[in-house]
Amino acid sequence: MPNLQKEMEAELIPIFIMGKRYMVPESLTIMKAIEYAGYQFIRGCGCRGGICGACSTVYRKAGDYKIYSGLACQTVVEPNMYLTQIPFFPALRREYDYETMEPVAESIYQLYPELFRCVACNACTKICPMDVQVLDYISALKRGDLEAATRISFDCIQCGLCASRCMGELPQYHMAQLARRLYGGKIAPKAEHLRQMVEDIASDKFTPVMNDLKAMSVDELRKLYTERELEPAMSGEDWRPSSNVGL
Amino acid sequence: MPYPPKLKELIKVVESTRAERVARKKRGEEVPFLSLDERKEMLAHHPDFKEEGRRPLKIGPSKGYAIAHEMADLLEARSRVNPDDVDLSNPDIDTDVLVIGGGGAGTAAAILAEENGARVTLVTKLRHGDANTMMAEGGIQAASKGEKDSPYYHYLDVMGGGHFTNVPELVEALVTHAPDAIHWLEKLGCNFSKYPDGRLHTIHGGGTSRKRMHYAADITGAEIMRTIRDEARNRKNIDVVEFVPAVELILNEHGQCAGAVLYNLETQEYMVARAKAVVMATGGSGRLHIQGFMTTNHYGATFDGIVMGYRAGVEVSFLHTVQYHPTGIVFPEQAEGILITEKFRGSGANLVNIEGQQFVNEREPRDVEAAAIIRECTVKGLGVPTPTGKVGIWLDSPMIDMLSGEGTVRREFPGKYILYKRFGIDISKEPMLIYPTLHYQNGGLAFNASSATSLPGLFLAGEVSGGVHGANRLMGNSLLDIVVFGRIAGKAAAAFVHDAAKEGTLTLEHVRRFNKEADEAGIPPERVSPMLLPDYTPPEVKERQLTTHYVGTVR
Repeated sequence: MPNLQKEMEAELIPIFIMGKRYMVPESLTIMKAIEYAGYQFIRGCGCRGGICGACSTVYRKAGDYKIYSGLACQTVVEPNMYLTQIPFFPALRREYDYETMEPVAESIYQLYPELFRCVACNACTKICPMDVQVLDYISALKRGDLEAATRISFDCIQCGLCASRCMGELPQYHMAQLARRLYGGKIAPKAEHLRQMVEDIASDKFTPVMNDLKAMSVDELRKLYTERELEPAMSGEDWRPSSNVGL
Repeated sequence: MPYPPKLKELIKVVESTRAERVARKKRGEEVPFLSLDERKEMLAHHPDFKEEGRRPLKIGPSKGYAIAHEMADLLEARSRVNPDDVDLSNPDIDTDVLVIGGGGAGTAAAILAEENGARVTLVTKLRHGDANTMMAEGGIQAASKGEKDSPYYHYLDVMGGGHFTNVPELVEALVTHAPDAIHWLEKLGCNFSKYPDGRLHTIHGGGTSRKRMHYAADITGAEIMRTIRDEARNRKNIDVVEFVPAVELILNEHGQCAGAVLYNLETQEYMVARAKAVVMATGGSGRLHIQGFMTTNHYGATFDGIVMGYRAGVEVSFLHTVQYHPTGIVFPEQAEGILITEKFRGSGANLVNIEGQQFVNEREPRDVEAAAIIRECTVKGLGVPTPTGKVGIWLDSPMIDMLSGEGTVRREFPGKYILYKRFGIDISKEPMLIYPTLHYQNGGLAFNASSATSLPGLFLAGEVSGGVHGANRLMGNSLLDIVVFGRIAGKAAAAFVHDAAKEGTLTLEHVRRFNKEADEAGIPPERVSPMLLPDYTPPEVKERQLTTHYVGTVR
């Protein structure tokens, strides 16, 4: 087996970290390649799982005029890749009082009038490492459609690359965040069953059964646990348990 | 990258046994489940049960308690900084509540502390929001549907999942505050997946008796994190300081927790923060890579808060158990550690070794399944070697299409299908290489249902604490934990500021005492903690760093 492992070892390829050449195994992500080269990250590294937005990276390939982008933790190195990380980009975020803000597009326009400096060049969408259709949600905001802006921007990881490329100098991802919160908390229909349960708990409806449970021995608990009715995997919202114990 | 030719050859072995295995599956012939005795034998291969993997702590409040070497190494280590060198007389930051940690728990605590009248400073090692909270995909549990569910059933499920070892008061707090936690998030604008009438979508998780897992598409943690982070940024009395981890708690002459020594990672300066109460919310420890395991955790999950609390006299509990998810990607390298959901196995994919043979039923409990995979690779030597020097087991996903029709994999597992497609691997045609991956620190510092510890003025929230989940956490209860106990801790800390905190001289005497204990126990002087950052520098580079000074893992 060790021999097999040896035979499968990845080949070394050249990459250019901020213009400087390093030989790294071809199988590595940009993030691990940078570490392989000898860097220790403070910035530019977060969840290492493609969702936190800390490691956005821009790069060019040999002989290719295009700018590419990706997350360093998700993108595999390519030979002669020229790369730099952009772990931070200044973008103006305006404070607001969520509690009193009206869930209408005008609230966003007032806070971020620069929205209308957008010239629809689509550079934001092109640079987005998550393939979010940034221009589409910006257009939705201009139309006043907060539901669409919420839906289209949902996979945004707020890395800021869109803002770095914007010729209108918009902080797109801050506007999207505002739109999602206004939609989720003030426009989307509320969960009535949730409100009811919160009320029931506050009025001590379950206090007696919870006290019983807490006082039980492990054996008693084990018995209740083993015998508890399981909601079937394929049940619908109309499923009801056969017993009302504890409800 | 696609599978290299050597692996493609090995895949042919899997293919050669696949038709037969599919036929067996269709006939309903399964590898038999292990009996309870056989399970016990198998679990001897689980990392938690490996005696050589742990040792009793030599010093501190939980002296004698056996935990993983990697954790013990840090708990027994000396402070990064000599207490005599720190000037406590002139604090750089003066605040009411100091929150240490910028994940979900710390952020929820900051908001609640501010709401209850406190000035808050939140310090975090990386960026605000860089935390395991962000990575949680599955969902958040709460008994929100009263016609079929209640805190009663949630309680039973949590206790059963934790093998009835959980602290009852903590579980009660978790399940009775759960609906209000979701309600709070809904009010703050978190977009949970809903039916058109507002009713929340809920699904089962492992070990739930009722469908109570709420979710926001498949990025539940990220949606929660970015929503509460946005709210925290709006609050005038919350200051956030990034890239400044705490390295030591500070006490006052009355024995209360009264701040922390901070370290600016970028300028390498130490600073003093004075506070009237402290919330510790530093998260878990996947980046310790216990017993060499890969991890699903983020870069900063390095056990820091437990080290600081332990030195200040707080006991640890349930730290002897760590959650390993049986199927994490081991190759391709760029996806290493990422979870492959149990649903693949539930849909019929076999686990097979290098010879293309099954060795365990695919639906054993998580710990048993993980132990079986480890045994196959280590004891039996039948694992599949990867180009990155690791070993794995095949998860034979193409079986799913053969069992349920072409296109099933692509339809049922779009996220993973696309992920692998990016690497040039079609998982409806080629199997996945997996190995157990470090997922969650079940234990932590001891605390109570008011988030308070044995150290007055120190409150806890989230993965840094122990007892809520007992010896094993259920899916969907970690996001819940951080929101519920984050809010409790924030409120309790603000109350402490008003009711109990006393002015008094600051001291690091506990650190001096601990260092002395370490001296007496013969702990090697080069061992320092907290770790702060993992060190992935290759040994060849280190050999050439002739003038580089490392303090622990940090240059």
